[in-house]
Amino acid sequence: MKNKKDNNFSNEHKAYLRKERNKKIIITVSRILILVLILGIWELCAQAKAIDPFITSSPSRVIKTIGDLYKNGTLFYHIGITLAETIAGFVIAVVFGYAVAVVLWWSDSVHKVLEPYIVVLNSLPKIALGPLIIIWIGTGYTAIIFMTVIVSVIVCIMNMLAGFIAVDKTKVTLMKSMGANKLTTLRKLIMPATLPALMNTLKVAVGLAWIGSIMGEYIVSKAGLGYLIVYGGQVFKLDLVMTATFILCVLAGGMYGIIAVIEKRFNK
Amino acid sequence: MLKFENITYTYHTKEGETTAVKDLSFTVEDGQFVSVIGPSGCGKTTILSLAAGLLAPSSGEVIRGGGEFGYMLQRDALFPWRSVEKNIFLPLEVKKRNTPEMREKAIALAEKYGLKDFLKKSPNQLSGGMRQRVALIRTLSAEPDILMLDEPFSALDYQTRLEVCDDVQGIIKGEKKTALLVTHDISEAIALSDKVVVLSARPARVVAEHMIEFGDGSPKKRRECPEFSQTFEILRKELGI
Repeated sequence: MKNKKDNNFSNEHKAYLRKERNKKIIITVSRILILVLILGIWELCAQAKAIDPFITSSPSRVIKTIGDLYKNGTLFYHIGITLAETIAGFVIAVVFGYAVAVVLWWSDSVHKVLEPYIVVLNSLPKIALGPLIIIWIGTGYTAIIFMTVIVSVIVCIMNMLAGFIAVDKTKVTLMKSMGANKLTTLRKLIMPATLPALMNTLKVAVGLAWIGSIMGEYIVSKAGLGYLIVYGGQVFKLDLVMTATFILCVLAGGMYGIIAVIEKRFNK
Repeated sequence: MLKFENITYTYHTKEGETTAVKDLSFTVEDGQFVSVIGPSGCGKTTILSLAAGLLAPSSGEVIRGGGEFGYMLQRDALFPWRSVEKNIFLPLEVKKRNTPEMREKAIALAEKYGLKDFLKKSPNQLSGGMRQRVALIRTLSAEPDILMLDEPFSALDYQTRLEVCDDVQGIIKGEKKTALLVTHDISEAIALSDKVVVLSARPARVVAEHMIEFGDGSPKKRRECPEFSQTFEILRKELGI
């Protein structure tokens, strides 16, 4: 591949590069423009009383609420709690899910026996377990982390298992022909070959972990962003609801971004 | 040495049982390059699996003169997440013989056969022919005594195929290895082998055995010999095509 700084390109190629660059700029500008437009219209409508900011809140009120939360010292407290619950649940779900997928890959009989249970657990709306979780585990952080885990673990299992099974049969035969046992095949072939599937699983699981932790906080919490949303809704402080939602957007996007960066590094 | 003695192999599916190989006997002497040809679906891969001990025969006996087996498959099956060098080390790791001496030997082998500049590269940067050469060096790195080749050229285009064919035969002869090749390609079998075993359709039995002795042993010279087309005709008739 030629160096980008190489100035020996033909004019045609230079024009092509310029076109590609312009396309990229247009996309980025459009993205920012949409956000600015939405926030702008929202703010203007609220200022002009075209919509009732008591119900819809407004960007300036959200910023003010963030400032208030920061001043009374609870901003990072709530963020920290939700973040910790989500990350803990996410890590447990991924590690446990990966381990279960390995067991199911290892033993075809175990896989066949457990398959219907996995299918049912996958389709079950996990929120139905809310009351049971409260009674069995209590109302602390563990209940929320447990909720986060059950929401995201099944997809981890199914995604990873599908990845393991889809590994090129020729390569499996090759390992067998070299006399490799299951553990060696797992370590030398299956695990490295399914790294892209793992990255994909992480991306899906992180989204589900947020659903799990916020859902958990809706049911039992005394603190956290989900708690702020529920509390704000109950006392009709829509500014608080909007603010917590906004912070959630930023955090969830950030976590997804981190995983996307890790993925890029691995796929190099 | 590898010897098939009255081997019968039957495989079972829910639909019923199929006898893939029946009463099959032939011998591969040390240092010999033997090809087994037969119509498609006659159980050629089964024969290799039996030879390598991946399958146990229903009756009869496979006598192996000791030593290790190396398998070369239809597709190169190189691991794209490993460099060429690390791919070549794979059998050493699997067989727990990953010592500095073995690694050095493997690298020397790779360098001898023109892979020196590619060792640190990814297999994805190599051409199909080069990839198959890496696959062969990988097979050889654990120093097997008998090579099993399962139509290793069938995934290549015609031009590359001729090149790789000559290439692989040269390396195997150069390293004085015993080889058992299964293929459905008559000219490939004649060009490469010391002996050709012709099989019938399923259940596979030996129809005929031919020693191929003309030419100077290189596939290229063989193809130019007048005997080449005569032998081809004989084998073609025996296969019934």
